[in-house]
Amino acid sequence: MATATRRRAGARRAVRRAGAPLLLLLPSLILVGVFVYGLIVANARQSATDNHTAAQATGQAPTTGVGLRNYLDLLGSEEFQHSLTNLVLYTVVFLVGTMIIGFLWAWLLDKPLRGEGFFRSIYLFPMAVSFIASGVVWRWLLNSNQDEQASGLNRLFQMIGLDALQNNWWNNVSVGIVAIAIPAIWQLSGYVMALFLAGFRGIPVELREAARVDGASEWKLYRHVLFPQLSPIALSALIIIGHMSLKAFDLIMSISKPANYQTKVPAVDMYVFKSAFDYANAAAVGTILLVIVAIVIVPYLVHTHRQDKR
Amino acid sequence: MRGAPRTSAVAAVAAVAALALAACGSNGGGEPESSGSGGGADEVEVFTWWAAGSEKAGLDALVKVFDEQHPDVKFVNGAVAGGAGSQAKDLLQTRLQAQDPPDTFQAHAGAELQDYIDAAQIEPVSDLYDEFGLTDVFPPDLMDRLTADDGEIYSIPSNIHRANVVWSNRQVLTDAGIDPDATYSDLSAWMDDLAKLKKAGVTPLAVAQAWTQVQLLETVLLSDLGAEGYSGLWDGSTDWKGPEVTAALEDFQTLMGYTNTDRDGLDWPESQQLVIDGKAAFTVMGDWAEASYEEQKQELGTDYSAFAVPGTDGVFDFLADSFTLPVGAPHPGGAKAWLETVGSSEGQEAFNKAKGSIPARTDVDMSTFGEYQQSAAEAFKSDTIVSSLAHGAAVPVATLTAITDATSKFTSGASDLAAFQSELAAANAG
Amino acid sequence: MTAVVEEAGRPIDLGRRAAPRGRFTVGRTLRYLVLLLFVLVVLVPVYVLLVTSFKGPGDAAPTRAWNLPQVWTTANWETAWSTLSPAIARTVQMVVPAALISAFLGSLNGFVLSRWRFPGADLVFTLILFGMFIPYQAVMIPLNQLVLGLGVPSGVPSLILLHVVYGIPITTLIFRNYYMTVPQELIEAARVDGAGMLRTYAWIVLPISVPSFVVVLIWQFTSAWNDFLFAVFFSSSQNGPVTLALNNLANGALLQDYGVSMAGALFASLPTLLVYVLLGRYFMGGLMSGSVKG
Repeated sequence: MATATRRRAGARRAVRRAGAPLLLLLPSLILVGVFVYGLIVANARQSATDNHTAAQATGQAPTTGVGLRNYLDLLGSEEFQHSLTNLVLYTVVFLVGTMIIGFLWAWLLDKPLRGEGFFRSIYLFPMAVSFIASGVVWRWLLNSNQDEQASGLNRLFQMIGLDALQNNWWNNVSVGIVAIAIPAIWQLSGYVMALFLAGFRGIPVELREAARVDGASEWKLYRHVLFPQLSPIALSALIIIGHMSLKAFDLIMSISKPANYQTKVPAVDMYVFKSAFDYANAAAVGTILLVIVAIVIVPYLVHTHRQDKR
Repeated sequence: MRGAPRTSAVAAVAAVAALALAACGSNGGGEPESSGSGGGADEVEVFTWWAAGSEKAGLDALVKVFDEQHPDVKFVNGAVAGGAGSQAKDLLQTRLQAQDPPDTFQAHAGAELQDYIDAAQIEPVSDLYDEFGLTDVFPPDLMDRLTADDGEIYSIPSNIHRANVVWSNRQVLTDAGIDPDATYSDLSAWMDDLAKLKKAGVTPLAVAQAWTQVQLLETVLLSDLGAEGYSGLWDGSTDWKGPEVTAALEDFQTLMGYTNTDRDGLDWPESQQLVIDGKAAFTVMGDWAEASYEEQKQELGTDYSAFAVPGTDGVFDFLADSFTLPVGAPHPGGAKAWLETVGSSEGQEAFNKAKGSIPARTDVDMSTFGEYQQSAAEAFKSDTIVSSLAHGAAVPVATLTAITDATSKFTSGASDLAAFQSELAAANAG
Repeated sequence: MTAVVEEAGRPIDLGRRAAPRGRFTVGRTLRYLVLLLFVLVVLVPVYVLLVTSFKGPGDAAPTRAWNLPQVWTTANWETAWSTLSPAIARTVQMVVPAALISAFLGSLNGFVLSRWRFPGADLVFTLILFGMFIPYQAVMIPLNQLVLGLGVPSGVPSLILLHVVYGIPITTLIFRNYYMTVPQELIEAARVDGAGMLRTYAWIVLPISVPSFVVVLIWQFTSAWNDFLFAVFFSSSQNGPVTLALNNLANGALLQDYGVSMAGALFASLPTLLVYVLLGRYFMGGLMSGSVKG
């Protein structure tokens, strides 16, 4: 009898405990619920209609449900496949570039060095700049003219004798998108560097000392002590940079033009669809992007959620 | 713990209230400064993208005439800068959807209006044509092009531009051993000279990003198919998959082979500048390019020449800026007054002189206009008039987007001619 | 890992260790060389930006990108200022309220989710966090319709709403990580004294949250200032922020004026750069906490 009462009292206490905090969280819960989850659903529903024209958008003409037809059409179209290929290429190059350079910088700066603050500041400042602002100058730098008409980086290569490095940057239909990754790497390598630096600094000195006392070589030190400690950070960096690249839009609008086939990515497609009153396809592109992100993020979130519980 | 739930509730409400206040609070200049006394005829918000350059000059001149003709109506400038109209179009789309239309807005006359018509966002103005006596002073060809499928007209054009014009740098031609006054009967004659220029090491034909390539494409189609065949592309009487179109696309491919490699990163003023600076010999551009020449004090006939795209003599590939009457305009009386000025002789004369285009009316005295404009006006009166593809006269927005995508794909090397042709056919079938 | 967590939400002191003096080994010289080389590489775009912004009309052409100005002029800066200053003012109007409100909400949320345990708190947190990762394109169309439907005017008001809402996940994350480092005893002591949740928050937790607030405010300030996607969809050049105005200036003008565009790009970046220079340690603290989860 006593245990039953205690259990009921415990349950009531749990509710009372949950009540107040939930109330305080309520504004955020409502906002996130509506603006994230609610809209995701609304978007998915929009994408399952045939709302492709202005008339339908304003309710002058009827729309009907078409299930997954828009998705099938999109994914089957050569143009969208090209967008997706571009996105993958861009993401991979962006990730690899920032991770390598960021790690390199952190590694170089890890050991004590005079002027470390100076170097850190220089490497990090591009992150404060918007993609639009940096796009203004990178457009020039990535100009595809070569030889006599060259300007931008091609001209610079000529000036320092590296003529062979000239190429047509983003004007290349198969790998042009890689050129767009260059400004992105420039802007965000400093961020990765900061993460790794903090990771390096977070490793207790004793750990390193102990390994060195044990006679471990520099390489073994890195492999068995430092890298494992850094891997959660590397994972975080990958996740953050990866999801940023999927949203790539600003840079392309600033450096290239939305109509250009070479640098098409889904985010730009979505903008073009919307401007042409094709809301159903715009919504479909959005959902596709979401699914791509979710494939990576959801496992990561589940994994850290479980870690928290422990 | 007793007071906690109540205070938490208060806190939650306060937070939501603060948010709501911030969101619906300061207007931040989001709306135009119309005093909105709802009278209907005392002001007019005119929505354009004429925020800079010769376009702004034209708008200012038109406003002066408006103030004289309608002193009781206040002009409210709703011009939106940026993107050569794309910013304005985006904003307009939003405003129309929010049912907050301006009193009148600028749009390209012709099929571009179809989306607005379908969405029931603009009113027909055919009766205004009768009221203002415009039917007799616009060329009959133009009246045809302006009439939508339902027999009504939905806008009044303020100016006419011609898209099938070649501009050349006479010095560059002379240096390459080509007669700068040469006339070409068709595209292949022209291509011979383009080949010569390429051998001489100069860019034969300057072109810019996707839409200018579509413009080039339309002049090639016009040249190879003739006016009737070209117009047939848009009303379904010409077969997109047919051999004539294939031949035209082959010509287009050849011409693109003579263009500058950095074209996709340029906008039209830059490709025009290539010709003006002597880095390229020819370019195909609408006659708003004339304004660049005037600004840089270049002389027609001395520094540069302008002639119809080879094979399109006697055909005027037109596009027109025009003004509409939106459904639910806050001040329809003011809008009508504006439309009257736009269509009036004084209005068209003042506007076009400043902007560098030609009036849609045929009864305007052209003697005070520039040399190029006079020749253009003559051509407009007598030539066959066809609708421009790249500038929204021939096809609606969605079709043009599809054509532009296919063109960009083709010129960047991602598709071959056959694929290009079938994509164009598909774009026009839908 | 705990060492890193301690830093979450705090200004970063990356534990600069004292550099041993005067040992110029080959290794160190090599390192300096590589580092300096990278500095040059990173500064290349800045050089072009600066140099072009001081060039006159004919001089500021792509082919002359690497040359110093023939004539140094400040005309571009004046033009850029007069063109962009309304947009900059509007951006400030938008960014400050957005940063403040989202920081406040994040702080509330972070506190509740980290220190006031209730069943399901972690799940709620994960659900909120997911909002940080979604590509905004996935909600843009219905979002447009929702904002229109709510009657929120386009421009500054819409953007404030959006930056607040979509800032909630990241601010919650940063504050939650920060509050996890607050000793539980502090909270317990308050509870024993009879303080409810709100009072604990207001009197105990809020006063010690200042470092974290600075980090969050800076992070939100920067991300809202540099946003372009929302600006494009929810505002126009008449009522929008400086990213939109800059894009129009640089990409939309009828005749490209490169000198002005470059000067404009520098102007548009000045506030965030200043924040970064003056409050760099807090900036880095934000970067860290944003990605390292407990």
